[in-house]
Amino acid sequence: MSAVVDDQADQEERGSADVAALDVRGLTKHFSDGSLFRRQYIRAVDDVSFTLRPGTVTALVGESGSGKSTVARLLSRLYKPTDGTIDFRGRDVSRARSRRALLSYRSEVQMIFQDPFGSLNPVKPIEHHLARPLKIHGIVPRKQVHNRVIELLNQVGLVPPEEVAAKFPHQLSGGQRQRVSIARALAVEPKVILADEPISMLDVSIRLGILNLMLDLKEQHDLAFLYVTHDIASARYVADEVMVMYAGQIVEHGKTDDVLLHPLHPYTQLLLSAVPNPEAGLRQSKLPPRANRNLAPSHVGCRFADRCALAIDTCLDTPPALLELRPNHFVRCPIVSPS
Amino acid sequence: MNSVSVNEQTRAAQPVAAEPLVEIQDLVVEYVLPQRRVRAVDNVSLTINAGEIIGLAGESGCGKSTAAHALLQILRQPAEITGGRILFKGEDMVSMTPEELRKFRWRHVSLVFQSAMDSLNPLLRVGDQFVDMLQAHERVRKADALARAGDLLDLVGIDKRRVSAYPHELSGGMRQRVVIAMALALQPELIVMDEPTTALDVVVQREILQEIEELKNELGFAVLFITHDMSLLVEISDRIAIMYAGEIVEQAPAETLFRQPKHPYTVGLMSSFPPLTGEIKRMSGIPGSPPDLGDPPSGCRFNPRCPHCTGEDQRLYQLQTTERPVLRSIAPDHLVACHLDFTTGGAA
Repeated sequence: MSAVVDDQADQEERGSADVAALDVRGLTKHFSDGSLFRRQYIRAVDDVSFTLRPGTVTALVGESGSGKSTVARLLSRLYKPTDGTIDFRGRDVSRARSRRALLSYRSEVQMIFQDPFGSLNPVKPIEHHLARPLKIHGIVPRKQVHNRVIELLNQVGLVPPEEVAAKFPHQLSGGQRQRVSIARALAVEPKVILADEPISMLDVSIRLGILNLMLDLKEQHDLAFLYVTHDIASARYVADEVMVMYAGQIVEHGKTDDVLLHPLHPYTQLLLSAVPNPEAGLRQSKLPPRANRNLAPSHVGCRFADRCALAIDTCLDTPPALLELRPNHFVRCPIVSPS
Repeated sequence: MNSVSVNEQTRAAQPVAAEPLVEIQDLVVEYVLPQRRVRAVDNVSLTINAGEIIGLAGESGCGKSTAAHALLQILRQPAEITGGRILFKGEDMVSMTPEELRKFRWRHVSLVFQSAMDSLNPLLRVGDQFVDMLQAHERVRKADALARAGDLLDLVGIDKRRVSAYPHELSGGMRQRVVIAMALALQPELIVMDEPTTALDVVVQREILQEIEELKNELGFAVLFITHDMSLLVEISDRIAIMYAGEIVEQAPAETLFRQPKHPYTVGLMSSFPPLTGEIKRMSGIPGSPPDLGDPPSGCRFNPRCPHCTGEDQRLYQLQTTERPVLRSIAPDHLVACHLDFTTGGAA
């Protein structure tokens, strides 16, 4: 495998590579916008770094437009990064071009999408969806493909598997289809699974089933999950680590309960105070009013400064750095300090 | 305004001598198909009092939106009301003529639905859409209508000058506010909100919910709030009704329903939402999926998914699988449709 991936290993980052399934450094994606002569760039993802470890779920939370799905798509190489490295087993795959290199990478890093209705071929039975990756990547000998399909269906709780294998997508419920998507991702025996809002289109009663399945698979297969979501309570339920994204940057990152129970960044605090939480009292305290500052188009400071009640002059002219304010708890804000 | 809303809030917190605004009585809505009839709403009775927020929850396909559409009489073929009455201040809406209904809607009852923000006409300025709506219901000069549009936008926290904006110039949250402002325009007594914030980010959702609550306290309208998000519903509602397979299976004040849910389905729904604070335990949600309403299970419709329908107690099992439980009162203001006896845990 090492021969087929473009050899751009970043030796400096090898320190944690023994335990990292995927190591992302300075990942950046700019989309171009505007006319041919007045090119503008949207900084959808800006200097994002993190490590996915085997047997852990890392949640990436944020509101729509924060760039969280773009990160997942960059990692799956559906998009090409503008800058930065994606280190997989000591090789940088962010620039890999050849079909073989991408195929081999994608057999190790699988993606699950939000819409279980759009990601399955309506005219093919379930067996087809699971057999295809097995054949393409040559995971098992042809004769054993059917047996492996049955095993996979069992693993994701689709029983009786023989019956399910013969069904067509429209005969399954949303939750069952999402289980098929997960089985398909598992088929190639990946090390990393990127799950982009896998439960947001499912009915409330079956969401937990999918989250529990993620937890079980993480244990059984020592998988590294990236769980992209806007549902913070579900992130708390499955994730070991949480990253909060705002306007293309990670603004807070740490162990789940450190970030969600003791948030430091004003944006994380705002987000958490907005989530319905009857446990905390039936009528919640009110949100602080929006600051509503106008940022200059050339604004280089904190991207949250226009909405932040705490913002001072520094926030407007200096881009804040992501600093470790408590052990393993990183925050991008010059105002908050460890208490 | 602030002092008024404080007074109003204390009043709203203790609904004294609530007068019924809407009484839904034994409502039945069926999808009349060539081969069969599917009962989407089955004998639903629900009272909405003036000035209260009543929550309606359940999984998708349980009939909550169909019930709301029936209330507004905007069901589309093949759905029809085939039984029951809907009384609005004592007047039966089911027997109204289309012209009566046209005048009735928007003036007395209005609707905000999930993708309402996409229902604005992209080619018309926001203000002109208010003018259209106002002129459809009363004789009003365009300039006056525009001025009122400005005031309404102001009410929901949008700059008056935005009357001249096109919908695409506004964010999703702002467009949803515009639709709420339109729903308020003729000062209806009831606003039906069907998943009004589901498509929005949490911070925007919270801002809009606060807005709705303040406006409700100020203007005194009632809200029928429909969502699948129990955490949200418990926070915003005064009372909550839980629907399953076309029926109301439990109804109680929000706090009671949250602290002491009785129906196994409600218990399951409540434990489908992981907590944001406190201890994290392995949770299980509800096994299985809702029944096909064209062929519902006999007896209690929840019995195939019910953790208490095990057959251990033969007499109870017999009841659960053959007899439909009726909504009964187990405490003041607390109704449950279930065969379990909530005093001892056996059969009722």
